Amino acid sequence: MKTALKYISVLVLLVGFVSCQKNSRPNYQYMPNMYQPVGYEAYQESDAFSNGVEAQLPAEGTIPRGDFLPFDYENTTEGYDLAKAELKSPLDSTQVDLENGKEMYEIYCAICHGKKGAGMGTLAKKELIIPGSYAAKDITTGSIYHTIYYGKNSMGSYANQLNENERWQVVAYVEKLKADLTK
Amino acid sequence: MKKSYQSLDDNYLYNMKHVINRTISSKLLSFGFMLFLTFSISLNAQDGDPVNGKNLFNANCAACHKLDKDMTGPMLRNVEMRLANEEGLDREWLNAWIRNSSALIKSGDAYANKVYNAWNKTAMTAFPQLSDQDISDILAYTAQPKPPAPEPVAGVVAQPAEQGIGQELILGALAVLFGLLAMALILVKRTLNRFAEAKGLDVSEVKRKPIWKAFVENQFLMLVTAIFFLLASGYFAYGYFMQVGIDQGYEPVQPIHYSHRIHAGVNEIDCKYCHSSARVSKHSGIPSLNVCMNCHKSIGEVSETTLAEGKEYGVDYNAEIQKLYDAVGWDGRAYTGETKPVKWIRIHNLPDFAYFNHSQHVSVAGVECQTCHGPVEEMEVLYQHAPLTMGWCINCHRETEVNVKDNEYYAKIHEELSKKYGVEKLTAAQMGGLECGKCHY
Ligand code: HEC
Ligand code: HEC
Ligand code: HEC
Ligand code: HEC
Ligand code: HEC
Ligand code: HEC
Ligand code: HEC
Repeated sequence: MKTALKYISVLVLLVGFVSCQKNSRPNYQYMPNMYQPVGYEAYQESDAFSNGVEAQLPAEGTIPRGDFLPFDYENTTEGYDLAKAELKSPLDSTQVDLENGKEMYEIYCAICHGKKGAGMGTLAKKELIIPGSYAAKDITTGSIYHTIYYGKNSMGSYANQLNENERWQVVAYVEKLKADLTK
Repeated sequence: MKKSYQSLDDNYLYNMKHVINRTISSKLLSFGFMLFLTFSISLNAQDGDPVNGKNLFNANCAACHKLDKDMTGPMLRNVEMRLANEEGLDREWLNAWIRNSSALIKSGDAYANKVYNAWNKTAMTAFPQLSDQDISDILAYTAQPKPPAPEPVAGVVAQPAEQGIGQELILGALAVLFGLLAMALILVKRTLNRFAEAKGLDVSEVKRKPIWKAFVENQFLMLVTAIFFLLASGYFAYGYFMQVGIDQGYEPVQPIHYSHRIHAGVNEIDCKYCHSSARVSKHSGIPSLNVCMNCHKSIGEVSETTLAEGKEYGVDYNAEIQKLYDAVGWDGRAYTGETKPVKWIRIHNLPDFAYFNHSQHVSVAGVECQTCHGPVEEMEVLYQHAPLTMGWCINCHRETEVNVKDNEYYAKIHEELSKKYGVEKLTAAQMGGLECGKCHY
């Protein structure tokens, strides 16, 4: 009887060890004093602000340092028309980097618009989101930028994924695609 | 009898002859009427080609319209019928609307202004290039009946569950069988023993020294086994302590069942589409929900096949998308403004004393995400693939060559270091990737 008890207790212990290793919980840490940061980590919860997170939006009207051009066109049909008519790219021909534009385009746009801009991206082929070909669209430098900045109808804004320079690079690349398509 | 019958026949013929003039003229009339009818029907919808219509619809209209769901514009299944029945509008009106809706609105057309205002004054693109035929093709496509939802899905869903139960049943049955066998053996042995006893045979074995006693008495063997056990337990204890604080395989349950398999795998969305700060900063970041809504404004429900796959993992994908909508406050057509943050659970996390930078590895070194994060595009639930230990970092720095192509910033130091080490290709370690201060400060 006693030996049986011993065996059972060893078994329980072993099973206990194995079952503690559960992948939905983080592992134990040994003296984690220097593991957990004292400062805030990105996106951490925090009581310091009323909305409870560490990451805050910049205050209204703040402007980043460095080359920054304000974008004054509004997110309305009128703003769109105005940008379409008069907005020009601040990049001159030496600053346009189509390589970079292509890279950014293929990350952010090709999934819907397709690598050639003919509207045959992966999602369009599955008829989940159908943007149509650039060739059939009446677009200008200004309207493309406005579309990336604010989005248009069912297309969302890409202003938070691309910075200003990258946006203009993508605009140049889209214009190239349209030119290739309508050639 | 016969007579009357014949006369009836005669009468009939006679009558026919008489009326023949009238019938011809009325036939002509009805023919003309039929011709007119077919023509007018063809004007309505019948001769539109729904296949071509589908192509035209996808190329021109699908950006804003779906057949069965409001999107940027209203759903269009059976518009022509709907507008004719409810508003008394004909094809003429539709042609005018599709070719140039804003002109129609400006002209003061009552219904045009009504829809325009109902849809928050969103301008519909003008399509002056569409011919009458194109438009009737498109309308023929929209007039097609809605395909019935495929039935067999229920069967597909039920199958895996049944299989699971089936396997368990078989295993259970096997276990019971083995139990019975063991019992039978014991019983047989007992009865045999009893028989032997009854016959007066001596079944008790010859008293021999049990093997374990012999073992215990042999001191050399005892020593060897003791050492063996010590070493083994030392090995396991060491292993156990070394994995303390390492979260390889950590796989928490996230607040929204978001599947990388579906997004990055099946639909081939680039990692950087969502983790866009990996290109430029220390963190890869988790996408904010507006990034999700770039697609999910249009994708409110997954397809039937995807839904069936979800059942295999025990999740209802549509309910998960609903959670996303609740979090951003999207009611299907507009944002309500009531948002709730989604508390994603962080998986990869280096201790505070180690510094790791994504842009250095992703943009400068050009290392693929999968080298460190494993086959993410196959993961239904994301888990930590690499151990993230110092040894892991150092090993890779020793083995990986620096990407010197097009890297003018480093050109000079690359050249000098290559000369110093006398190698063609520099590894990250030779660049200083082993210096403590690069990772600990
Ligand atoms: C999630 C799918 C999706 C992605 C990704 C996407 N778009 Fe679009 N895009 C659309 C849809 C849908 C439309 C049609 C909108 C409309 O006309 O109502 C569109 C329209 C456009 C137009 C024409 C707008 C006009 O003036 O008619 C341009 C230009 C454009 N997109 C550029 C881009 C660029 C550049 C990117 C990458 C930064 C991009 N799109 C990424 C879905 C997408
Ligand atoms: C840029 C987005 C857009 C495109 C592209 C578009 N529409 Fe529309 N459509 C709308 C909007 C928005 C409305 C609602 C009225 C308004 O606001 O102008 C609408 C309304 C309509 C209506 C009236 C529906 C009703 O219930 O009253 C019809 C019919 C229609 N569209 C047909 C088409 C056809 C056919 C095409 C393709 C050749 C097309 N639309 C392309 C945005 C679009
Ligand atoms: C459609 C957006 C999207 C795409 C595309 C995407 N991810 Fe993610 N990723 C997320 C979200 C949301 C999370 C947080 C939820 C989770 O952990 O499952 C996440 C989490 C992760 C994590 C874990 C983060 C942590 O907490 O440690 C890694 C690693 C990761 N993604 C790598 C990748 C890689 C590699 C790819 C490309 C193969 C990729 N992701 C593509 C949205 C995306
Ligand atoms: C580039 C487009 C795109 C983006 C961005 C995107 N999704 Fe999806 N999502 C899809 C597609 C496509 C499907 C699958 C639809 C189908 O198979 O019918 C899907 C399916 C889903 C599903 C159901 C399947 C599953 O994974 O559980 C959820 C939940 C979901 N998405 C959440 C998110 C969240 C959260 C984000 C933001 C981090 C996001 N999506 C960003 C395109 C996208
Ligand atoms: C050289 C290895 C390596 C490569 C390549 C790499 N990662 Fe990471 N990733 C890590 C490490 C290490 C962490 C933990 C960082 C920390 O805790 O500070 C991490 C953390 C993350 C996180 C969690 C949140 C954060 O940013 O800290 C996400 C999301 C992520 N990686 C996505 C990606 C994506 C997407 C790519 C490809 C573009 C990628 N990673 C490439 C090693 C790598
Ligand atoms: C897949 C291989 C790989 C892994 C894993 C890896 N690195 Fe690197 N790392 C590199 C390469 C290649 C470079 C050189 C980049 C360059 O060209 O500057 C580098 C550079 C660095 C640098 C800059 C070194 C310098 O000389 O300035 C730091 C810091 C660094 N890595 C930290 C880490 C940490 C911390 C980890 C583990 C969490 C890690 N790395 C894991 C491949 C890797
Ligand atoms: C490539 C980056 C890198 C370099 C170079 C590096 N370390 Fe580390 N080190 C790490 C990482 C990442 C960890 C965290 C490992 C973990 O969490 O298991 C670590 C952990 C440690 C620890 C363990 C702390 C603990 O509590 O577990 C010590 C001690 C340490 N490093 C010392 C050094 C010394 C000394 C050097 C110089 C010879 C050095 N490291 C160089 C990345 C590096």
